[in-house]
Amino acid sequence: MLKQIEGSRAVAAAVALCRPEVICAYPISPQTHIVEALGEAVKAGELPHCEFINVESEFAAMSVAIGASAAGARAYTATASQGLLFMAEAVYNASGLGLPIVMTVANRAIGAPINIWNDHTDAMSQRDCGWIQLFAETNQEALDLHIQAFRLGEELSLPVMVCMDGFILTHAYERVDLPAQAQVDAWLPPFEPRQVLDPAEPVSIGAMVGPEAFMEVRYLAHAKQMRALELIPAWAEEFRGAFGRDTGGLTHTYRTEDAEVIVVALGSVLGTIKDTVDAMRESGAKIGVLGITCFRPWPAAAVRAALAGARRVVVLEKSLAVGLGGIVSSNVRTSYPGAPDSVHTVIAGLGGRAITREALARVFAEALAGALAPLTFLDLDRTMVERALAREREQRRSGPIAENILRDLGTVASRAG
Amino acid sequence: MPFQPVKFYQTGTFTVGNRLLAPHERSVQSNMRRTNSLNSGHRACQGCGEALGARYAIDAAMDATGKRLIAANATGCLEVFSTPYPETSWQIPWIHSLFGNAAAVATGIAAALRVKGRSDTRVIAQGGDGGTTDIGFGCLSGMFERNDDVLYVCYDNEAYMNTGVQRSSATPPAARTATTAAVGAEPGNVFGQGKDLPRIAMAHGIPYVATATVAELRDLEAKVRRAMEIRGARYIHVFVPCPLGWGHASEDTIRISRLAKETGLFPVFEAEHFGYMDVLELRPAPDGVHELIGIRERGGWRRFDFVISEQFATSDELADILSRVCNVGGIWVRDFGGCLAILFPPGSEEDPTEAIGAACAACP
Repeated sequence: MLKQIEGSRAVAAAVALCRPEVICAYPISPQTHIVEALGEAVKAGELPHCEFINVESEFAAMSVAIGASAAGARAYTATASQGLLFMAEAVYNASGLGLPIVMTVANRAIGAPINIWNDHTDAMSQRDCGWIQLFAETNQEALDLHIQAFRLGEELSLPVMVCMDGFILTHAYERVDLPAQAQVDAWLPPFEPRQVLDPAEPVSIGAMVGPEAFMEVRYLAHAKQMRALELIPAWAEEFRGAFGRDTGGLTHTYRTEDAEVIVVALGSVLGTIKDTVDAMRESGAKIGVLGITCFRPWPAAAVRAALAGARRVVVLEKSLAVGLGGIVSSNVRTSYPGAPDSVHTVIAGLGGRAITREALARVFAEALAGALAPLTFLDLDRTMVERALAREREQRRSGPIAENILRDLGTVASRAG
Repeated sequence: MPFQPVKFYQTGTFTVGNRLLAPHERSVQSNMRRTNSLNSGHRACQGCGEALGARYAIDAAMDATGKRLIAANATGCLEVFSTPYPETSWQIPWIHSLFGNAAAVATGIAAALRVKGRSDTRVIAQGGDGGTTDIGFGCLSGMFERNDDVLYVCYDNEAYMNTGVQRSSATPPAARTATTAAVGAEPGNVFGQGKDLPRIAMAHGIPYVATATVAELRDLEAKVRRAMEIRGARYIHVFVPCPLGWGHASEDTIRISRLAKETGLFPVFEAEHFGYMDVLELRPAPDGVHELIGIRERGGWRRFDFVISEQFATSDELADILSRVCNVGGIWVRDFGGCLAILFPPGSEEDPTEAIGAACAACP
């Protein structure tokens, strides 16, 4: 059924179609509309076999999901930013225990300075937590990935994080195609875990494991993710058969056929990148795009195949490994057959900074001309940072970064009181 | 009243000899068909109060629920000594997730059982005092506030024993721990800190709160049984000495527990829906009598501790004295066992001893 709805509402509808049994809710922008919609659905009796629990923190949200999943219930929660960090200990625990919880992460920056707008720092901070991480490009994809996530997680006994750009997708009203309940029921079998907390068959879950077996447990977690690399493309194909849409998979290429430069990115910014590439293609530039849908497990073979013909790679990423540069680009370098220094990092859109076609066209042109620096910060206000750097050179103990910038700008907040 | 002190004058000890009781009065633990939920072979220290408390509490809960029980365990001694991979002592479905989330995990299990129409299976969460009063306090408070159908049992040995005896918010004043060293002018843990979690639990308005010690195991069993008759959030706080952390002999665990109760160091009570049902008497003063326990001074404040009789506690004379205390900027606190604390602020020369003495003397 076609509907013109908010991205959060679309995701909530998709989750509802997956017949979740326990939903834990804790508010944090920009995720909140998702759990609000689900809470409403449960209250209205639209999800009769579902418990909606308002918890006291994200740490509790993930912990309640852990308990519910271990007791055999299909569990879902959503979070973002600081919330994901606050639940981090439980996030690792869920994957360590092999519990197929599905969680939406409405990607948002991490403070300080506090910032509610979109970037990928939150999800990237948890990239090695053992969860499968899928990134949606559009609201339709966000909706579809949730349906795939439950089946994937439950098949592999692994939790799945579906990442969608905060505000850009969560708050955008777009047309989406909502599948019918019967379609989802036919595609997603009920959750029947092999081991549950059940008095009829008592098990101890979460034992202490020492050096004699810990390495093996971690290796098996890795092996499971490698298995996901096979399942994800196969099920994307199956999904297309059942729902008629090409959603999911590991990666997607766009106009890469003869591309000398390939731009790699995740999430909604791929739309702007594709528009920019279209325009540059019209003037003869040989440039293409590689969108990464599945960031964990890292689709090394698919990335290698997609980038094989490219002379240069531009990784446009909404996160920053402070003191290193790019996170996604570090991953891409492991899978680029060419020289590692042909992979350029462009840090963009941190804390919701707009990523414009004009700025993208500029860096892409530089890459085509072989003039792009190894590490670029897109649309950085050079004057502002140079002034701060100059002061720091002159003055020891220069203090908090953001407050000093505000002082430079003449904002009085930093001098209040 | 669940607490029934059974006197076994034959031996002169407090040993609960079940064979001297009628079958229905005997303890769960004396029953050959008890579950042995926490089975032998685990790695607790000799004389571990927590192992003893957990065994009695969980077996009693199993008995009360017809063996339909799931337990969530916080990180800590109980978890570590009971489940060294690939072994487990637990004969019941049991999960350990993290240090600070046992209450929330239990909430999740209860939700799953409810949604699956299996609410006849009940849920227990358990942890030590660190996992309960400190790091797990947020999740515990959330579980209480939502009145989730979980019994939380805290085994309180008054410090972080699993990590090597560090102070928790359940560590008593002056106690020596690895982080409150017995050195300096005021050795050990400081006075005036710490949480009274049973009463914080009561303040949440949950239907059942009780405390117990491993010296009175029939009492502990009775409280677990009562807790299992009630739906909603319930809390039992069990006093469990730790020979390793406290430095006492393994055979003294029970004796110390009993002394803690009898001296009022650990008040044993039971409360349903805000109201105290049963408070084990500690050292009540006879009618018309008061006793000054001591005077302490800290930060300029002077604190007078009395034991007073119940008759005096409810008298107009005391109300007058306490209102005068407030008038000069003082504070007063009534506590268990007839304890009354009166505090005067810095600079005040007040001394309530004479007034209380005169009032008591005037009591009929």
